[in-house]
Amino acid sequence: MLINEFLLLGAVLFCIGVYGVIARKNAVMVLMSIELILNSVNINLLAFSQLHNNLDGNVFALYIIAVAAAEVGVGLAMVLLIYRNRKSISLDELSEMKG
Amino acid sequence: MVVAADLNVAQNIGFGIIAAFMIAGAINVVRSSNVVHAALSLVAVMAGAAAQYLLLAAEFVAVTQVLVYIGAVMILFLFGVMLTRARVGRETDLNNRSWALGIPVALLMLGVMVYVLIDGFGDDHLEPAAQVSTAELSDSIFKPFLLPFWALSFVLLAAVIGAIVLARKD
Amino acid sequence: MFAEEAVHSAGWFLEHAWLIPLIPGVAFAVIILFGKSQVNGKRLLPWAGAEVGLASMVAALTIAIGAAYQWTQHIHGVEEAEPVIKTWTWWQSGGLRFGLGQHIDGLAVMMLLLVTFISTLVQIYSLEYVRGDRRYTHFFASLTLFSAGMLTMVLAENMVQLILGWEIMGLCSFLLIGHWWEEEANARAAVKAFLTVRVGDVGMLVGTAIMYGAAGTFSIRELHEWANDPTTGHTVLLWAAVALFIACIGKSGQFPLHTWLPDAMAGPTPVSSLLHSSTMVVAGVFLVARLYPVFHAGLLINVAGQSFNLIAVIGGITILIAAGLAFVQNDIKKVLAYSTVSQLGYMMMGLGVGAWVPAVFHIFTHAFFKCCLFLCAGSVAHTGSHHSFDMKKDMGGLARKMPVTFATWMVSTAALCGVPFFSGFFSKDEIIDSAGHFNYGVFMVVGLIGAFMTTAYMTRATYLTFFGEPRGAAAHFVHDDHHPVADDAHVAHVAHDTHDTHAAEPAHGKPLPFAPSDSPGLIVVPLLILGFLAVVSGYLNAAPFKIHKMEHWLESSIGLHIGEGGIPEPAAFKWVNAMPSILLVAAGFAVSLALCKQVFGKASSPLKGLTKRNPVLGAGHRFLVNKYYLDDLYEKVIVRGIAHPIAAAAYWTNQRVLDGIVNAVGIGGRKTGDWVYKNVDQRLVDGAVNGSGTVARGTGGVLQPVQSGKVSLYGALLFGSAAVGALVLVLVNS
Repeated sequence: MLINEFLLLGAVLFCIGVYGVIARKNAVMVLMSIELILNSVNINLLAFSQLHNNLDGNVFALYIIAVAAAEVGVGLAMVLLIYRNRKSISLDELSEMKG
Repeated sequence: MVVAADLNVAQNIGFGIIAAFMIAGAINVVRSSNVVHAALSLVAVMAGAAAQYLLLAAEFVAVTQVLVYIGAVMILFLFGVMLTRARVGRETDLNNRSWALGIPVALLMLGVMVYVLIDGFGDDHLEPAAQVSTAELSDSIFKPFLLPFWALSFVLLAAVIGAIVLARKD
Repeated sequence: MFAEEAVHSAGWFLEHAWLIPLIPGVAFAVIILFGKSQVNGKRLLPWAGAEVGLASMVAALTIAIGAAYQWTQHIHGVEEAEPVIKTWTWWQSGGLRFGLGQHIDGLAVMMLLLVTFISTLVQIYSLEYVRGDRRYTHFFASLTLFSAGMLTMVLAENMVQLILGWEIMGLCSFLLIGHWWEEEANARAAVKAFLTVRVGDVGMLVGTAIMYGAAGTFSIRELHEWANDPTTGHTVLLWAAVALFIACIGKSGQFPLHTWLPDAMAGPTPVSSLLHSSTMVVAGVFLVARLYPVFHAGLLINVAGQSFNLIAVIGGITILIAAGLAFVQNDIKKVLAYSTVSQLGYMMMGLGVGAWVPAVFHIFTHAFFKCCLFLCAGSVAHTGSHHSFDMKKDMGGLARKMPVTFATWMVSTAALCGVPFFSGFFSKDEIIDSAGHFNYGVFMVVGLIGAFMTTAYMTRATYLTFFGEPRGAAAHFVHDDHHPVADDAHVAHVAHDTHDTHAAEPAHGKPLPFAPSDSPGLIVVPLLILGFLAVVSGYLNAAPFKIHKMEHWLESSIGLHIGEGGIPEPAAFKWVNAMPSILLVAAGFAVSLALCKQVFGKASSPLKGLTKRNPVLGAGHRFLVNKYYLDDLYEKVIVRGIAHPIAAAAYWTNQRVLDGIVNAVGIGGRKTGDWVYKNVDQRLVDGAVNGSGTVARGTGGVLQPVQSGKVSLYGALLFGSAAVGALVLVLVNS
């Protein structure tokens, strides 16, 4: 198996995730797109781990999964808070930082 | 007797099917107008990913993926969707106003990455590796990567406390 | 410091003759600064400065007498006596050296002695005459300064110093003529004197410049050498001589610049006697005598075949026209003024024909008798005619009342007319004689006619003043027209505030409380001294008696030698040559006396009022009274013709050109300012400033959407830039 298969797969998923981050209005959808990106990174890591016969990639991937879980927890908590205050989680309306 | 080449072909076909499945799911995540459909598509993507991990001889990571990502994270997502009163059924405007900007960026990025990958790893073959034993993995975690493990535990703790603090109703 | 150029020490007085002008100069400063000072309420100088002036003149006179004596010793037995020259450089600039110094020779010594002597006598006279004057101190200051100036000029070592003295004299003349400047006529006379002489002074400067340019020196001795040098170009000498002579015409009252001298009689009588008869006016004659080689070579005097030259012609004309004018004057001082002009003409004519020694000797003798005549006139006015100088209105019959004045007047008149054995005979008649001998026959005739006329007008003046019946003030009457007019008499009257002995102003038409008697001692003594000298001074160079002392003392100053190639040897005196002149004098006396008795006498006569009845004689009389209309010509035609257009042109230039330029600059400046404001300031500068602001805002406005506040855009930006960065990295590394 060519490693490129996995790497390309990861690249495609990454780009789709990027598109999702940019294009989506719903905050939760954006978080989902970020999950896509993280998953693509995981695929990359594991592919390289097998290429180099190294366990570091596996370990790294595990840690990413853990961190992703933590991040989603906090992120959704924030989204809930925003929803409670503004009754809307449309990112279009969250432009307080507009300069 | 499994010929390496045969295994290869089977792996390749398996990879291809799962990859297509994943990409379709991913596209659905970012293009669907139904939030729940998007979330479930994401589940599919993650499942596909887990399958890929198995192809990459990382069983523990695959299982962890299923347990944590699909089992916990996606449930969290669904809770979030529920709590933020996402409309059930179709929503017309899940894309923001400047969604068109994403296309060139993504394409550019894709282009660059594809070129680099083909140029860099054009003909590198993956050796069929032995399955990674969980014992070795845990050795690796608890010896060389112990410090990150402890940090990670703090992160999880902070995340739990943070989430509770943020989301509780006063 | 003092460059000694004398070969051997010539004697203390000769060596230190430079003190002679210095002492009066210092005295002038003292009088001006301290003359009116008071210490503890008392005057610092009890005589208000007069004593300082007088003392300085006496001191100068002493040194001059010493110098004269030592000069006579100096030239003993010496073939060519060397002048005693000292110089002191006061300014040096690029090869041009200005010096002050002394050039003491016979001429200088004679003039020094003359000036100091006359100045001393006049100052003594002034002590009485201007007593109580409103500007007593300044009078003596100016008088002393004048003496200092003339003495500086007389012993000048170089032309610059000569000009310095010349100008100081001009200044003092102005100050003294206008001494009573409150009367406008006096101020005008002073300005007229100054400006007329100034016109001539241009010639002095031009002449000095020509000589410096050609000879490279201001020094008089070197100029003599230059003029005598046969290689010197004749044209240069001619131009220099003509230019210098123009200055002499102005200063010495020759025709055509003689018009200022009679008007100068507006000054006090001591001034007239010192400046305008004996000393200042002879400065022109002195200049010609001093630089005689220049004139002699330039105007070709005594060159074989010449019978006219500029100097002689001008001198001759002056003799005649001045004598003519003296006949129609009512003012005694004006008669004497015209007489002075006429006698100056004699001196110039003498120099013009090559009679250097007689001309210079005439300066010497003329100074004494003319000064005496003026002082007599002053004496008459002071005590005889109640300060009036009008012969017809206020004098007459004073011979008995003022015997001393009368006696000295007669002696001096005799000297003036050239009566034998008086001083004028030995000097003036020598001039006439030399003119004849040196082939200038025309001028001999002129001189003889002049002698006739001199005697005639002096007889008239004497008759009117001292003979006949007393008139007006002489008869102790005060005139009815007692208002200040342009009349010297009344001017003099105003000056004598404190000295008049009458207690109260007498009623008009009534007799004055005092009878004319002779003048006080301070006035009379100088008269006597001068009268004595009027007789005696001639004997210093009396040709009939073969006395040639003055000639011997002076001949080294001529700059040329007497004889072949220089000035001609004077002819030996023969009584037969002097007869024409003596006869004419007698005839003039007789004719004039007869006419006077007829016209001014008591008996009626067909000659009385003749000029009023006869139109031709009347026109002639008017012509003379109006001074040949020369004054009108000068003032109304020449001055106005030149000054008016110049003034108008200057005014036009000022208004149109200068003001136009200034205004144009102003308008141009303002227009430029406006344009700059509109275009540069408003458009360019403000545009740039505003533009930069607009650009900044525009840029901000353009860039503002980047800061949308929307996460998705930030995300797009982030990933986009990452992609671009990766692209760049790939491209760079590939």
